Amino acid sequence: MMAVELSTAKLEDLARTARREIINAVVVAKAGHLGGPLSAIDILVALYFRVLNIRPLDPTWPDRDRFILSKGHSSIALYTTLALRGFFPLEELSTFDAMGSRLQGHPDMNLLPGLDMSTGSLGLGFSAGVGVALGAKLAEKNFTTFVMVGDGECNEGIIWEGAHVAQRYALDNLVVIVDENNLQQFGWRGQTATDRLPPYSDKQLAHRWEAFGWQVSEVDGHDIDEVTHALTRARGASGSPVAVIAHTTKGKGVSFMEGNFRWHSRVPTVDEINQAMVELGAPPSLTGA
Amino acid sequence: MLLREGKALRVAFGETLAELGNTDRRVVVVDGDLGSSTGADIFEAAHPDRFLQMGIAEQNMLGVAAGLATIGFVPFVSTFACFAVARALDQIRVLIAQPKLNVKIAGGYAGLLAGKTGKTHLMFDDVSIMRALANMTVIAPADEIETRRAIEVITATDGPVYLRITREPSPKLFDDDYVFHLGVASRLRDGRDVTLISTGVQTTRVYESADLLAKEGIDALVLHVPTIKPIDEAAIVEAARETGFVITVEEHTILGGLGGAVAEILGDQYPVPVKRLGIRDMFGESGPDDALLEKHRLSPARIAEDVRLLLARRVR
Repeated sequence: MMAVELSTAKLEDLARTARREIINAVVVAKAGHLGGPLSAIDILVALYFRVLNIRPLDPTWPDRDRFILSKGHSSIALYTTLALRGFFPLEELSTFDAMGSRLQGHPDMNLLPGLDMSTGSLGLGFSAGVGVALGAKLAEKNFTTFVMVGDGECNEGIIWEGAHVAQRYALDNLVVIVDENNLQQFGWRGQTATDRLPPYSDKQLAHRWEAFGWQVSEVDGHDIDEVTHALTRARGASGSPVAVIAHTTKGKGVSFMEGNFRWHSRVPTVDEINQAMVELGAPPSLTGA
Repeated sequence: MLLREGKALRVAFGETLAELGNTDRRVVVVDGDLGSSTGADIFEAAHPDRFLQMGIAEQNMLGVAAGLATIGFVPFVSTFACFAVARALDQIRVLIAQPKLNVKIAGGYAGLLAGKTGKTHLMFDDVSIMRALANMTVIAPADEIETRRAIEVITATDGPVYLRITREPSPKLFDDDYVFHLGVASRLRDGRDVTLISTGVQTTRVYESADLLAKEGIDALVLHVPTIKPIDEAAIVEAARETGFVITVEEHTILGGLGGAVAEILGDQYPVPVKRLGIRDMFGESGPDDALLEKHRLSPARIAEDVRLLLARRVR
């Protein structure tokens, strides 16, 4: 747990910093994803600064809570959060995606301390999370396992295989967070080529998790207090696993990226970087390209 | 010399795990609804609390095993070879092989003899696929004794393993005091005329074929290679050096399995003629075990015939 509880305003500020770091890292790497990391970052900040029982200086502490980023292509959001939380120096973010870096395009648990699973192929991290939670029950450990999946990721059949098994074993020590940003990489076409349909409409996802016997709550995934509250309640649940459906906006925080599927994985131009940094409240000295 | 009767590898698999489970609480079995076929039911009877039923959902099953391994369990995933290797390959690759997690994948009903199940279930490209994965250890035991020893060794050794398990009773090749070393081949017979290299239960048939050959005056060296990866290169090169002619025999496709591995090693290190006997480029079909062994020329008599033929051609 945090030695000092950080105020909501402070965490919101931290999330803005994280967004700038995410964009910087992708710009330096000339590769990576932005839409998904920006939709997930407020949740990650709430998790790592308020919810998870972890020790950044002892990342393999056996009783720590586990977090698995099953939507592994949002790795830069997790790396940024880990760096801000003190797992490794913030400067290392500039090595994202580089040869020999611990910050691989998709998370590699053997390289970077603080990663509880290697992920990248969608759906897989969730099934591993089911295994971690099941093992924790078997070993009579009290930690909670949190897994973040995307809404598009819920297309994968393995998600529902795991959801079934988690319910059967009553894994109330497992919390899945669905980052429902309503876009996937390309998705289904709407009225026009730029109009993409969401992976699931309205309450479909909530109903599916409920139908699999999970407790479901829905939150605004950009409201750090709301997310904290929902995750804290989820970890105290009993009898069945919990799905927290976080309603988010892909590309959140940068006006021209928000809700635009083309920003799933695109590197911004100099002008776009400048505008993004201004919108994210960067000091003027940092915005000059 | 006729080999003694032995148990099926699947029975040895279940029994050994049940015994290990008495003393090693890290050992858990993760089943894909096939425990009554794979021998895993023997473990369930002994340790119901550590028998984890995953239902008919192999991809999640492999993922769950990876998760269990991260907190110190030694999960043995048990299903048919086809469903582990083919259906859940992505999970094996990304969640087990890449992070080197301590998951043991037992592919049951592997090879040609799988109870008349036919094309979907007959899995004889499992070794090729698994040995192509970095970090993966691949083991095909020959008999119940070697199955026991191999399971004991891999339980005590960290890292991902694919263990090839078969359905039908297999003759006993080894004595009770047999010692299995990971990555070490076992020379079963010295010989001057030809080197026969085999793996898995096929070795028992090759061993018997060497007796048939001996009666005809052909002196065959027999090398059993239970660990196909990491493979015992030195033993293979030495066995090739002694006879100058190598024939591999496997109950598996000849593409990329044991024969492929041997050809790679000898091509690199000691080029001699290498002939690969096994299943040609085709899928399986239903049929009685004996008929299938005959069709693919993997019975002792057919192996002896083919070796004789290949040797004759070579002399000419």
